[in-house]
Amino acid sequence: MDPSISIKDLNLSFGAVEVINDLNLDVGQGEFLVLLGSSGCGKSTLLNCIAGLLDVSDGQIFIQGKNVTWEEPSKRGIGMVFQSYALYPQMTVEGNLSFGLKNAGFSKAEVAERVANAARILQIEPLLKRKPAALSGGQRQRVAIGRALVRDVDVFLFDEPLSNLDAKLRTDLRAEIKELHQTLHNTMIYVTHDQIEAMTLADRIAIMRGGQILQLDSPKEIYNRPNCKYVADFIGSPSMNFLDGAISLEADGTPTFTCGSGTFSLEGYVFDDAPAAGGAWLGIRPEHIASGEAAASRAIQLQSKVRLVEPLGSDTLVRVMVGEQSFWVRMDGRTDITEGDPLPIGFNPVRCNLFDTKTEIRL
Amino acid sequence: MAASRPNRLFRNLSAKIAAIPMILTALVVFVGGTVWTVAYSFTSSKMLPKWKFVGLDQYERLWETRRWMVSIENLMIYGICMLIFSFVIGFILAALMDQKIRFESTFRTIILYPYALSFIVTGLVWQWVLNPEFGVQHILRSLGWESFNFDPLYNADIAIFGVLIAGLWQGTGLIMVLMLAGLRGIDQEIWKATRVDGIPAWKTYIFIVIPMMRPVFITTLVLVAAAIVKVYDLIVAQTGGGPGIATEMPAKYVYDYMFGGQNLGQGFAASTMMLLAVLIVVVPWAYMEFGSKKRG
Amino acid sequence: MADVTSTLVGPRGPKPRKILTRNNIMIYGTLIIVSLYYLLPLWVMVMTSLKGMPEIRMGNIFAPPLEITFEPWVKAWSEACTGLNCDGLSRGFWNSVRITVPSVIVSIAIASVNGYALANWRFRGADTFFTILIFGAFIPYQVMLYPIVILLREMGLYGSLTGLIMVHSIFGMPILTLLFRNYFSSLPEELFKAARVDGAGFWRIYFQIMLPMSLPIFVVAMILQVTGIWNDFLFGVIYTKPDLYPMTVQLNNIVNSVQGVKEYNVNMAATLLTGLVPLFIYFVSGKLFVRGIAAGAVKG
Repeated sequence: MDPSISIKDLNLSFGAVEVINDLNLDVGQGEFLVLLGSSGCGKSTLLNCIAGLLDVSDGQIFIQGKNVTWEEPSKRGIGMVFQSYALYPQMTVEGNLSFGLKNAGFSKAEVAERVANAARILQIEPLLKRKPAALSGGQRQRVAIGRALVRDVDVFLFDEPLSNLDAKLRTDLRAEIKELHQTLHNTMIYVTHDQIEAMTLADRIAIMRGGQILQLDSPKEIYNRPNCKYVADFIGSPSMNFLDGAISLEADGTPTFTCGSGTFSLEGYVFDDAPAAGGAWLGIRPEHIASGEAAASRAIQLQSKVRLVEPLGSDTLVRVMVGEQSFWVRMDGRTDITEGDPLPIGFNPVRCNLFDTKTEIRL
Repeated sequence: MAASRPNRLFRNLSAKIAAIPMILTALVVFVGGTVWTVAYSFTSSKMLPKWKFVGLDQYERLWETRRWMVSIENLMIYGICMLIFSFVIGFILAALMDQKIRFESTFRTIILYPYALSFIVTGLVWQWVLNPEFGVQHILRSLGWESFNFDPLYNADIAIFGVLIAGLWQGTGLIMVLMLAGLRGIDQEIWKATRVDGIPAWKTYIFIVIPMMRPVFITTLVLVAAAIVKVYDLIVAQTGGGPGIATEMPAKYVYDYMFGGQNLGQGFAASTMMLLAVLIVVVPWAYMEFGSKKRG
Repeated sequence: MADVTSTLVGPRGPKPRKILTRNNIMIYGTLIIVSLYYLLPLWVMVMTSLKGMPEIRMGNIFAPPLEITFEPWVKAWSEACTGLNCDGLSRGFWNSVRITVPSVIVSIAIASVNGYALANWRFRGADTFFTILIFGAFIPYQVMLYPIVILLREMGLYGSLTGLIMVHSIFGMPILTLLFRNYFSSLPEELFKAARVDGAGFWRIYFQIMLPMSLPIFVVAMILQVTGIWNDFLFGVIYTKPDLYPMTVQLNNIVNSVQGVKEYNVNMAATLLTGLVPLFIYFVSGKLFVRGIAAGAVKG
């Protein structure tokens, strides 16, 4: 089956500034793809290109097999939901939902039916006669989703739709969007800078930086096997710990990692390519570090001293110093460790990620 | 591939059609008109524009004309006094208005209303108020101050100050409003911080607020200066340039030569000089204001 | 125990406020004196216009009339002479209405669409034209006066109302376009994007989305234009004929005419009549006027 959206060699520059750089991307039918990155990485720009709200400098965009590179936004078969909701303030909810359909020349009956249908799905029927100013944030965002829904399109585009909502509402609407996707099976592209949204919603996540996609994979894969140091650092909170060192090969071919704290065997680590000697970063997530007595059973063991304790309730985050190096360790919430305590920590190579010092690519 | 790339020219066609009046105005009237006038200022046009090139003749004659020299002198006196007084008074009034006073909008309404009036009305009112036989001078003398002498309408030496009084009356309200907007734009936490630090208000104004308002000052200065160069109606209404030529101004010189004196060449040369004066004020400002924004 | 009682005496509750502090006397004193100075000419105008000539010759321009007469107002409106015409300022008033109303409508219509195109439909070269336009706001009119005479003459509009309306629309364009462009740019861009996804085109977005949200800025523009055009003198005197002169020009001709005996009371009534329209707008519109001139300061 053809991909739902296909982007070929996309380039976009504003004057001399290149915002999107030779980007290729295929999105499958009914897939939920999240574009994730820090601000200025080009994720919203890419979404606007797909929507046709920005003219591309070079490259092609296909939606449902049709080249829409030069097509008007309304002719692309997309619906879009914006961060600020972008509801037309002078129209009622009903007016907002039907504006696009009226522009497209649908009959009155058809418009009424589709609006009623969308209102039912989103449970906003009692709000139809109200103006946007009389709605709460969550209701507005629901109407904004409804505006995309009535268009009965194959592709939904979300531009940070939950950023303006408070934390509780955000969690609720996030679940609703996921349910909506499970009901409708539309292709959805969702831009966010919130990794929890990305992890929970996505079939696949595209991590973007500098107008390029660094990694495009399932959330699990991105979390466990980030393909470069940037992605490893970006995903996860607190972020991955890194040790600066070097890989060398023993006489029998076993790779080892040497850093300020000693030399450790890397047996069990799955290399992407055949291991080779050279400078490397060793990355380990705070939640994959064992501490105290449990550390003794791990292949790599380090001595550390507690610097800072941050109890979160469910967990306790502990910042420890390994020599001059600072490490985050996630511990059980009931620990009663205090600042200044010595703490042995340990982890297994299989949980690690190694990155080349120069290229920062996963080894 | 899609069939064919839509022609660049026809993209956003409606927007381009909507912009035609702006494009015509910008190109034909503003650029075209200016270039035309500058070009014809190098000709010997008299009653009708005539393309007979005479180099800088018109300019030489202009700068030899006493009336033009008086006009320039008046513009300098009027302009400098106007800027100093309107800024000082305008800022002080704005600062007073900013003290969380009662009846603020009443005071503002009173101080600003002359700005709603035309220069013609302004000039005629002050012509009457300053009338030496009936106005201020007459009143003060009849109150017993026999030696009081202020008749700017008849005395050529001080005539320009009579115009200045009218100009200040009409324009200071505007400065006050712009300055007040600037003051209101200053972060309230600055004031809280100075209160906590025990810095007196006047010191805060001079050392903290005024430096922070530099952009507002500069923009207002440019706007007001560019307007002063064009002053015309006020003179026509209040003094007609008199007594004699004591209150002539460049803009009036241009009008009189272009439409009264049938000496177009002189009018063009004089107006080109006005353009030059405005450019000297505006170009550095525009460069500072917008040039740096583009870089940032 | 002594410590405890000492916390119970001393200041408590709201700090008393003194009304007559030195500061307040200075602030209000200054503002009241300044206000009197600003009101003085208006007072003089009204008083003079209500007196008969004999009373004016005798006395004090600041004093209220001993005997109120509306004669000067009637005379100024319907009998005052300019040249050979002796039908008063009413002619100028109606001319000004005929000039101002269409000029305001045309200039705002053009500039609002223009500002909208610039804010939302950026096309190649738009910024260049806009920069020229804004620069044009600073160019002294004097430089463009004569070329416009030629343009209007070529179009056969020199001396006509249509010509003057065109001139007002042209010179109103920089500031109004700036005003509208800035306003439309301040509206959330996502709204415009949403409308495009909904399939609305240039005009539909303008009329159905932008216009209904922009009432305040249209009012500001109207205030700016009505006062500006009503108060214009230069364009009126250059681009129209004597029987089409706007009120300001006619007023100046009445007051500053050298023939006949000066009738100061009639002159002041005429001056007040001319100032009445902008004053009315000013007092009614209040804050919006302030917003307008803050933007319109460019016009000078």
